[in-house]
Amino acid sequence: MADDLQTITGHRGLVMEEPLIFEQDAPGRTAVDLPEPPDVADRLGSAVREGPIGLPGLSEPQVIRHYLRLSQKNFSIDAGMYPLGSCTMKHNPRINEKLARLPGLAGIHPLQPQSTVQGAFELMAVTAEWLTTLTGMAGVAMSPAAGAHGELTGLMTIRAALEAAGNARKRVLVPESAHGTNPASAHMCGYSVESIPADERGRVDLAAFKENLTDDVAAIMITNPNTCGLFENEIIQIAEAAHAVGAYVYCDGANFNAIVGRVRPGDLGIDCMHLNLHKTFSTPHGGGGPGAGPVVLSEALMPFAPLPYVIREGEGFRLVEHAEDGDGAPYGRMKGFHGQFGVFVRALAYMMSMGADGLRQASSDAVLNANYLLARLSDLLTLPFPGPCMHEVLFDDHFLHGTGVTTLDFAKAMIDEGFHPMTMYFPLVVHGALLMEPTETESKETLDQFIMTIRSLAERARDGEVDHFKQAPRLTPWRRLDETTAARSPVLRWRPDLPQAAE
Amino acid sequence: MLAAIGADSIEELFKDVPAAALLDEAMALPPHAGELEVERAISVMADKNLHAGAVPFFLGAGNYRHHIPASADHLIQRGEFLTAYTPYQPEVSQGTLQAVFEFQTQVALITDMEVANASLYDGATACSEGAMMACRVTRRSKVILSGSVHPHYGEVTRTNAQFMDLQVETLPADPFGSEDLAGHLDENTACVVVQNPGFFGQIRDYTELAQACHDAGALLVMVVNEVVSLGLVKAPGAMGADIVAAEGQSLGNPLTFGGPHVGLFAVRERLLRQMPGRLAGETVDEDGKRGWVLTLSTREQHIRREKATSNICTNSGLCALAFTIHLTLLGEAGFTRLAKLNHAKAVQLADRLDVLEGVEVINDTFFNEFTLRLAKPAAAVVEALAERNILAGVPVSRLLPSDGTLDNLLLVAATETTKDADVDTLCTGLAEVL
Repeated sequence: MADDLQTITGHRGLVMEEPLIFEQDAPGRTAVDLPEPPDVADRLGSAVREGPIGLPGLSEPQVIRHYLRLSQKNFSIDAGMYPLGSCTMKHNPRINEKLARLPGLAGIHPLQPQSTVQGAFELMAVTAEWLTTLTGMAGVAMSPAAGAHGELTGLMTIRAALEAAGNARKRVLVPESAHGTNPASAHMCGYSVESIPADERGRVDLAAFKENLTDDVAAIMITNPNTCGLFENEIIQIAEAAHAVGAYVYCDGANFNAIVGRVRPGDLGIDCMHLNLHKTFSTPHGGGGPGAGPVVLSEALMPFAPLPYVIREGEGFRLVEHAEDGDGAPYGRMKGFHGQFGVFVRALAYMMSMGADGLRQASSDAVLNANYLLARLSDLLTLPFPGPCMHEVLFDDHFLHGTGVTTLDFAKAMIDEGFHPMTMYFPLVVHGALLMEPTETESKETLDQFIMTIRSLAERARDGEVDHFKQAPRLTPWRRLDETTAARSPVLRWRPDLPQAAE
Repeated sequence: MLAAIGADSIEELFKDVPAAALLDEAMALPPHAGELEVERAISVMADKNLHAGAVPFFLGAGNYRHHIPASADHLIQRGEFLTAYTPYQPEVSQGTLQAVFEFQTQVALITDMEVANASLYDGATACSEGAMMACRVTRRSKVILSGSVHPHYGEVTRTNAQFMDLQVETLPADPFGSEDLAGHLDENTACVVVQNPGFFGQIRDYTELAQACHDAGALLVMVVNEVVSLGLVKAPGAMGADIVAAEGQSLGNPLTFGGPHVGLFAVRERLLRQMPGRLAGETVDEDGKRGWVLTLSTREQHIRREKATSNICTNSGLCALAFTIHLTLLGEAGFTRLAKLNHAKAVQLADRLDVLEGVEVINDTFFNEFTLRLAKPAAAVVEALAERNILAGVPVSRLLPSDGTLDNLLLVAATETTKDADVDTLCTGLAEVL
């Protein structure tokens, strides 16, 4: 093996070492040729910046190389299978990017006269119509910026409806398998959070739910399909029980990709659900955002939806930006301007490309792919809950017991094999969770290679090749990073090296 | 594949769905379409809009038109950045993590603060998070919101506060930058929130206010919604701000009808543990090689659940990348020149407008945006100019409709993209409609 070859430069073939921009500073250098500012008497007053900022100067080729080299150190869905459960890492079509950059969409200002941006309102309205049709809901609040923001929006809408009925109530019930954002959002909405256990089937324990369900419960936040990759088959009973005490049913729509075109959440008794356009609707994750989290709402909740919203009026559209300009009783505003418009463009391009037939096909294929993994791996990995699963399959780490290999070690060994690991240690309802979501993007050939890899790794673990896992990853530009030190003495920014500065 | 699964049909895999809720066929929506058809349909909508590049354009109010270098937009479309998830596996995410670490450093430098996070959704939500954070830090519940703060930022802050049992005292709109804030401080005040330059464009030195806040046990939260101003205007940190909440759209990100944008958030080091959002931190790998990881996640929702400092998960990663690339391209020399150019363009515009009949510049100070008092209601003037293909500015009444005293005020912005000919057209148009 040549992997211990030391190079003079530190570069290793196509993998280049790349210092921080601050370490490449040539004072005075810039990559942007701006005209000389006209000479004017300034109108800044006395609050003027004094002294240098400390930003580094680089040339354009340096900057291009810098970010190109950085990009080469990222795994991405463009590069390979990214089976992160609950994250829906599917193909991001480039037509979406092209259209989002049209001057008539990227170059418009949110506060232009409404008559000059009718096409933008139309785009928002058409996107909204697709989303409400797919979910079978009455309307949608478009402004939330991401999933968690959508959760908060949905809960605030529920709270506003309850307050209008005279009692905001006190508690929100959250299944223990929920995303961490659920309890955090409920808390930000002023509710106390109570955890509902899962039953032995990996679903909400209906009896425990009913026991906790009193008339001070504002809502249950349910994820369906849930984070174990299972459909909550008692959802209708759960919704009926909640409605019987005047509580609402919030659905975390992070897993909507499993059921698009096959099930409408509105038919399940759900009152309110956010959609992650950056998951189900193919807009890129961008290394952590931006997303968009529109919230579909029932007829009863619609009047309380936040500002702003678009309405059809005659031949055109109107944006309602202030409570007094509309019919509703909006509880407030979630975000500056009108929402993640650029993300809407991408999501609409996806929905139009796929169409009713393609969206249904995509969810079917996503579920098929996950069940194929389940079928081909469950003799070797341990399955805490029997299938069929929906769009993701949950294994636990029983198969590693006694091997000395942890779930984390196993995941790091997958990196050496060219796969991004699955979601690990989540959901919390099983020990050492391994949650795999292949999405409809992956072909049978890729899945077979993935299956073969997992099987081989599992066998190696059982055969006692502990070192192979403890050392992993070995083929990445970085080996395992020390997260404990990073947290214990945080270094969160570059600073000039002190001894050097003293020279 | 079905055979391997042991199912006869896809439908069998959906057997846990209540039968009554299962749809047998595709929904009543259009069928799939090729790129050509989709591009055509969406282009038809785009073509109905009057865009900034097509006409003289002077809008700002928290969303600014700047030139974005071609390299920046090219680089953010590299698939390795565009189609990566949040960097949870650091060994295969060092590209994103190093860029975030550089971003955090740049944000800390331009705001003159000690620590910045990996981004929030936008300036308005960052402002709200700043106010809520100040309440956690001080264990107090009152927020004083200056009349200099963008109305949307104020609305978002009040919306969140009402559910957290926090009180927001909102001061009247302050077009002249003359309000007295220190007089509102009391023993329950968690923070004062100001914006600089203010919504009406005024620049103030809040050093004395910061001191007054600290003397009263409160924090100063400073909003910046035009970050290019930080190339010329005294930084929030130099004034003594404790928390900075800013909108970063001006660098690297197009207008895009108001989103997605990027919230910048920077604080004093002692407040770090109460900070919302992700942080990248430096560490080493097993071989001792420098690298970066997401860190201090015990503040965050996936660990702390309802006790987290915020519910935020997905942030504005790619917009933050566009920001950091644009700022790297500019460097110190380019950034300060860009700021000077913006200011000079605005001064020239103000000088031209101030001499027109029925037009008065009310600001004594400004950066690249200022307020005009017109002889007529601004909304009608803007509509009339739009009919002449001039996008003249933002009428204050669009955002603050209830206060009739502001109806004649118009916000006007100039940036490096403003052409002299556009200024001529605006002046001619204004003279005609006033």
